[in-house]
Amino acid sequence: MDEFMAARWQMGVSLGFHIIFACIGMVMPWFMFVSEWKWVKTNNPVYLDLAKAWAKGVAIFFAVGAVSGTVLSFELGMLWPTFMEHAGPIFGLPFSWEGTAFFVEAIALGLWLYGWGRLSKKVHLYTGLVVGIAGVMSGVFVISANAWMNAPAGFDWVNGQAENIDPVAAMFNRAWFHQTHHMTIAAFSATGFAVAGVHALLYMKTKYDIHARAIKIALAFAAVAAILQPLSGDHAAKMVAKLQPAKLAAFESHFETTTRAPLVIGGIPDVEERKLNHAIKIPGALSFLAQGDFNAEVQGLEEFPRDEWPPVMFTHFSFQLMVAIGMFLALLGVIFLIGTFKYKHWLTKKWWLILLVIATPLGYLAVEAGWMVTEVGRQPWIIYGIMKTRDSLTPMPGIQYTFYVIAAIYLMLTFIVIWLFSRQIKMLHLKYRSND
Amino acid sequence: MTEVIFAILTIALLLYVILGGADFGGGILELFTRGKASEVVSRAIAPVWEANHVWLILVIVILFVGFPPVYSTVLTTLHIPILLALIGIIFRGSAFTFRHYDIQEETPNKIYSSMFRYSSLFTTLFLGVSVGGIILGEISTDYSKGFYEIYIHPWFNLFSFSIGIFLIILFAFLANIYTLVEIKDEKEVDRFARLAKYMIAALVVAGGVVFAAAEINGHHLFLEFLQSPVSIVFVVLATLALPILWKNLKRNRQNLLRLVAGFQTTMIVGGWFAIQFPILVNLKDAPDITLQNSKAPEQVQFYMLIALVVGVLIILPYIGYLYKVFKFSTVSEPPQNANKDSGEM
Ligand code: HDD
Ligand code: HEM
Ligand code: HEM
Repeated sequence: MDEFMAARWQMGVSLGFHIIFACIGMVMPWFMFVSEWKWVKTNNPVYLDLAKAWAKGVAIFFAVGAVSGTVLSFELGMLWPTFMEHAGPIFGLPFSWEGTAFFVEAIALGLWLYGWGRLSKKVHLYTGLVVGIAGVMSGVFVISANAWMNAPAGFDWVNGQAENIDPVAAMFNRAWFHQTHHMTIAAFSATGFAVAGVHALLYMKTKYDIHARAIKIALAFAAVAAILQPLSGDHAAKMVAKLQPAKLAAFESHFETTTRAPLVIGGIPDVEERKLNHAIKIPGALSFLAQGDFNAEVQGLEEFPRDEWPPVMFTHFSFQLMVAIGMFLALLGVIFLIGTFKYKHWLTKKWWLILLVIATPLGYLAVEAGWMVTEVGRQPWIIYGIMKTRDSLTPMPGIQYTFYVIAAIYLMLTFIVIWLFSRQIKMLHLKYRSND
Repeated sequence: MTEVIFAILTIALLLYVILGGADFGGGILELFTRGKASEVVSRAIAPVWEANHVWLILVIVILFVGFPPVYSTVLTTLHIPILLALIGIIFRGSAFTFRHYDIQEETPNKIYSSMFRYSSLFTTLFLGVSVGGIILGEISTDYSKGFYEIYIHPWFNLFSFSIGIFLIILFAFLANIYTLVEIKDEKEVDRFARLAKYMIAALVVAGGVVFAAAEINGHHLFLEFLQSPVSIVFVVLATLALPILWKNLKRNRQNLLRLVAGFQTTMIVGGWFAIQFPILVNLKDAPDITLQNSKAPEQVQFYMLIALVVGVLIILPYIGYLYKVFKFSTVSEPPQNANKDSGEM
């Protein structure tokens, strides 16, 4: 592995690790808030137990999210110093606001986790809400920074230097809106299905009421999010068609510029021959999705110099995976809503619980795949159209080794966190068994 | 405007040293006392450590937005010690949380504890070494030189490590003072008061070693110190505060002790900044990176300043509240073991 690949891998692994914890950090406070709120409303102690049981797990995830995020804020400069030196002042505004959001979140979290009995019931309840809002805000800020890498704005690039910097224009760049709504919805959908899936498994085993209630809270959020996701994704795709046609062409494996471009499902791209084999093609659908007109022209990869193509195979498969999961989760969302309002008995059926268990990891898988589309699909650019990723690499040799070390640590942490998590569940069950 | 941003940077760094430093020190103290302090340390750190370490993130963000060459140069040339510190941060934060939240069982608990303690020491050492590298002035940006010259030499020296060791003692001392304040048992108070005295002595010695090491490594820190009236005043004040501290160690004057220890740390960091100012990074074979030659354009600073000021206005009262609830509250006797009692998180 050469230095450059190692650096890209290290960045990808670190971000791919952090994003899981970030999603949990954004979404779980909302679930805990609802549970605690129901407890305050109904006085049913099950909701209090649930909020506290979640909180214990979440405290662990939060800590890992915080340390991996801290590592990231250094890693950007350790791996891509040239990029950061130019980009820092331009896309730094959302990061400056994010600092505040992190603070508020960390303070509120400390108060919430350790404040039982020290804060009044009401203050405690709303502190939970503060954690949730601040978490989503930090997500939105950091993503608008990332969006700027995809749709650079707010500066003039003169002889390799940025001039006339306008941080506000940079923050509200053209990719800002679709990336933030799509990501925020994704976090709710992924975390909601993961939580519901875990509790569905436990419910099948134990039939404890607490799990049934947990599933309901999680799915109430996740179902809505999952149904919105394809809409939001459609908007994202339209924006990508405008802003980064090469990325769109890559994830659709669309090699030649055509009118009435087909939407492809599945298929294996053959990059040398510039064709896509074995795909199902829906004529005109891509033109419609990208431009809102079945006969519109969609640029193919041939429009771009060969060395500016993103890795086609990888982005193609990632995109297909994300969309497939998106459709599946949206279907589950619809079933849940119909079940809630019409056929209540569906939601206790075994097939339904099994579907939920199957869906447990899928949302996160789609999140990772979506980020592959976004980040790998931007290659070879680190700032789209402005700076190449390769040109911003650190001069320090030996990145392979730092990559191995970081990857090994994160792999190990992953196993430990899973193990700790299963111990938390066991502890919860011990408590319930002794209550019976 | 640049000065205001720099002032906020300084304050953030200072708060990180005082608050985050005490957290690191907690782990080091546990190590020194073979776990004696661990209960108190855990209880004191748990609600605040996440908030405390955000100060570090704020410092980093201010650097890469406001003074980008500082960020990129330091992270390139001091890649190795900073990576080591980061690895320490990962282990420390996770081990601490695992210890707090996992089921209380002997073996895993022991592992978490020793991970937490050793990584506290390790992280502090390499944070200090990195700071040493920034001060010493052996950093070179001529990347065509050899690996050793560029990536090892600037920090792998006596001076940087002496800063690391100084920081270890400083942090342990801060934690010791905070811990002292939390302890109720008479005998234990004696014990930790004695420890604090040893640490004060060690701190003075280590401070001397830092100056000596600087001379050995060819950086005339002492001379620069003598030429900077502000830092002389600061160091004198820090020294004058010592007897106050010494006298009050045993008497349970909680807030006074905290205040004096915080004050001394402020003076030490302030003294360092006064020597450096307006240089941010000392370079070997190029003009040093200063406040003026590294600052981002006006417009950028302006918007960052707004964000910082609004942020500070939101954060400070809120953080004050957090501390009020957990550090200065009268009901500071929560159940001994968080996990056995489901009534307390
Ligand atoms: C639960 C996760 C999830 C699901 C089910 C989907 N997505 Fe997604 N997608 C993401 C999670 C995600 C993401 C990880 O959150 C990304 C990465 C960057 C971003 O802003 O969102 C993303 C990016 C992303 C992009 C690239 C945006 C860019 O580069 O600017 C497009 C075009 C789509 N998505 C389209 C879709 C479509 C048409 C879906 C149909 C169902 C879909 N996504 C489902
Ligand atoms: C947390 C979700 C994210 C994931 C999973 C993710 C994933 C990745 C991956 C896989 C790469 C390597 C791409 C390649 O080299 O082919 C990458 C690169 C990078 N990402 Fe992200 N990313 C995320 C969010 C962000 C955000 C929010 C930012 C900045 C604000 C960011 C900044 C970068 C940078 C600077 C690189 C290196 C340059 C490059 O390879 O283009 N990423 N990311
Ligand atoms: C899509 C990408 C990202 C999202 C949605 C995201 C979101 C979040 C959220 C919600 C948190 C707080 C929750 C928790 O601690 O678990 C968090 C923590 C953190 N993130 Fe990210 N993040 C992303 C990428 C990044 C990047 C690229 C960086 C660095 C430049 C970063 C730096 C941090 C830091 C420093 C923390 C710790 C804050 C604390 O201590 O509370 N994140 N992130």
